[in-house]
Amino acid sequence: MFRLEARTSTPAWFNLALPLLAIGTTLVLCSGLIALAGAGVIEAYGVMFSASLGDSYAITETLVRATPMIFTGLAVAVAFRAKFWNIGAEGQLLAGAVASCAVGAIPMPGPLAMLLMAVAGAAAGAAVALVPATLRVKFRVDDVVSSLLLNSVIFYALMALIEGPWKDSFSGYPISPPIEDSANFPVLLEGTRLHLGVVAAFLASPLIWFLIVRTTLGFRIRVIGENPEAARYGGIHVERVLISTALLSGALAGLAGVGEVGGVHFQVMSDISPGYGYSGIVVAMLARLNPLGVVPAAIFLAAVMTGAEAMSRATGVPAFLSDVIQGTALLAMLVALLFTAYRIRRVGTAK
Amino acid sequence: MSTPAPLIEMRGISKSFGAVKANEAVDLSVAPGEILGLLGENGAGKTTLMNVLFGAYAPDAGEILVQGRPVTINSSADALAAGIGMVHQHFHLAPRLSVLENLLIGIPGKSGRIDRAGGLARLDEIGRQHGLALDPDLPVSALSVGEQQRLEIVKALFRGARLLILDEPTAVLAPTEVDGLFSALRSMATQGLGIIFISHKLNEVRALTHRCVVLRHGRVTGRVDAPASTTSSEMARLMCGHEIVPPARGPSTPGAAVLILDGISTSRHSGMPLRAVSLAVRAGEILGIAGVSGNGQRALAEVISGIHAPDAGRMTIAGKIVSRFSPREVQALGLGRIPEDRMTTGLVTNLPLADSMVLPRIGTGAFSRNGLLRPDAIRAFAAEQIKAYDIRCPGPMTRAGALSGGNLQKALLARELAFDPKVLIVSQPTRGLDIGAARFIHEKFLAMRAKGCGIIVIGEDLEELLMLCDRIAVMYEGRIAGTLDSAEATIARLGLMMTGAEGRA
Repeated sequence: MFRLEARTSTPAWFNLALPLLAIGTTLVLCSGLIALAGAGVIEAYGVMFSASLGDSYAITETLVRATPMIFTGLAVAVAFRAKFWNIGAEGQLLAGAVASCAVGAIPMPGPLAMLLMAVAGAAAGAAVALVPATLRVKFRVDDVVSSLLLNSVIFYALMALIEGPWKDSFSGYPISPPIEDSANFPVLLEGTRLHLGVVAAFLASPLIWFLIVRTTLGFRIRVIGENPEAARYGGIHVERVLISTALLSGALAGLAGVGEVGGVHFQVMSDISPGYGYSGIVVAMLARLNPLGVVPAAIFLAAVMTGAEAMSRATGVPAFLSDVIQGTALLAMLVALLFTAYRIRRVGTAK
Repeated sequence: MSTPAPLIEMRGISKSFGAVKANEAVDLSVAPGEILGLLGENGAGKTTLMNVLFGAYAPDAGEILVQGRPVTINSSADALAAGIGMVHQHFHLAPRLSVLENLLIGIPGKSGRIDRAGGLARLDEIGRQHGLALDPDLPVSALSVGEQQRLEIVKALFRGARLLILDEPTAVLAPTEVDGLFSALRSMATQGLGIIFISHKLNEVRALTHRCVVLRHGRVTGRVDAPASTTSSEMARLMCGHEIVPPARGPSTPGAAVLILDGISTSRHSGMPLRAVSLAVRAGEILGIAGVSGNGQRALAEVISGIHAPDAGRMTIAGKIVSRFSPREVQALGLGRIPEDRMTTGLVTNLPLADSMVLPRIGTGAFSRNGLLRPDAIRAFAAEQIKAYDIRCPGPMTRAGALSGGNLQKALLARELAFDPKVLIVSQPTRGLDIGAARFIHEKFLAMRAKGCGIIVIGEDLEELLMLCDRIAVMYEGRIAGTLDSAEATIARLGLMMTGAEGRA
């Protein structure tokens, strides 16, 4: 018989071992599904790997895909540190995309356009995140529910825009007009889609880490997340810090939308995000809410997404496996986190 | 008393956590009808030992016998099946359910139906037998702490416990409630139940128990066969390994008033509000606030600490009128605060100890500049205080929650005293602390008093207040019922004033 016993301390190597353990478990569990779909497990994972990380072009594609998830992952990590349960990164991303697309469509010099797109996108994301945060601070509304439901509101508002007044008159499809060519983010590597936003995402990770670990705002975010009572007693304005956290979190999620508009799609359409906001939750949890861990976690999920499409073409296993892997990875990580607080002990059977 | 076969016997119990030996070869037994005192300082291994007995930990070595038969206890369910019940320091009750519903949680009913009538009958029977009466239909949230504890005891008896473990049961009780608890425990013992009573308060142990086992560093270091005729200082010596002398409070010459409350009233507040409270603390003076808990002490502490603004009245700290009533403002005016509940209002248990120690002053130049933390300064400050206050921990980056209560209290004291407050307000300063740690805290207060700090001690332990305080004010129903100088204050007199029977300005 086994049972759980409380740990007095958590070894440091767990920070690395647990996500790896979760990912390993996920791949083992999902191999059963691949076998069920009638494909060879090794072959399927092999295709997945080579299509996502096998050559330099594949790697750039994976990085492009990881970029929005780095931003949403950071957004969620920051929010969850303060125990502001922002499940609304998806809606904040969409709002950021709409705002940056609207700004990018105005003719102006390229660098200025890109800067203003980023500012507008971040502001839009922050504004959306302000809604659940304000509801929680003023009326004690559950932020999980309000931020989650807001995603649908934003999504259908976006649909109404691109089906209606904002519909691109040239193409006739339900998509927004494109941004100015000069506002397109520069491509860093000839022949790939590796754009400026990818670099921004990679820089954002250490910046947010610095903010959390080395600034007084980060200190306050950590403290209100762990013990709001002690924070209040210690003279921290808990509500104010919560609002700041929400603004920061929403701005980061908004930047995910900016990158997609400026670097990938150059316009807004209904499927501009295949759930990057929700994937951000998986990314943040795999990273154990550490901003530095967000980058590798996002790259892992991006590799699964790009790899799953190639695997589907090559082996006939449905590409939905990518969603299953994401979901399983989240569950595996949540279970793995149990081991930070508990250990398993073998005990003799009763009687 | 005669020695029938022991109800429970623990033989050679050892339990380690990493390198720490929490229990080492501990033998302990309880006979039917016996009340056994389990003594020891914080960290001596009492709680670990009881958790082994109650099935929370598996021992590394040793065996447990129930009525002579060896048993393996892997869970609280096993423990209950073996007739062992435990009343923890923190209660395990569902606040929104009624007394009866809480009692019936986990009890299989007849063919899927809850046996309400049977539960009522047993509740009534247990209540009458031991003086543990409870209203079955009241929600637990409406019960006082003492009543909740009573419910925990009834729950254990209801489940057929023949051995009851009580982990510091009196720490949460008012003096009058302690008497009720003791008579219930004595009544249970006369019916043949065994009781293990864990406490730091030696006078209680001497009054209640038949026999004592003393733990130190995980080992049994002493057994007391006649607690009633053993002196408290002898027991303290067994627990600490050396003599404990209470600190002497020398004469002091109080200076000008450093904290003045003038007609402070509160209303929008959970618990008893304040009604026109006026008091003054002078420099170099310790003022005690006595009273049965729930008579406005919490509101008083929160107003002075800047957590809640009063509706009426004026507060002055070191000659300056408090205008905004925020924790930052009162702190800036020179007020130091040690909250009643270390774990919830004082510290952030999941973060490094250093973070908790700088929390109230994180925005000041000492620990940050232009919004950037100064990690070296933070760590150096914490390390310095850890050394100065002899806080036992591996270092400033230790998770605060890993420290014992006494060390946490020292850390909180260090964080306030490091900035030389002009006024210090503390609530229940030594609740749950062992003798050594309590002694240390008391000495610090007296040292601050000698340096000219004005101190308010809110407490329920009258002996402690009498030892420490120059004056003692009694709170009753949100008012100051009266104030006595230490020379004229006695437990009897204070006790009378606490019931509202006598007032004196």
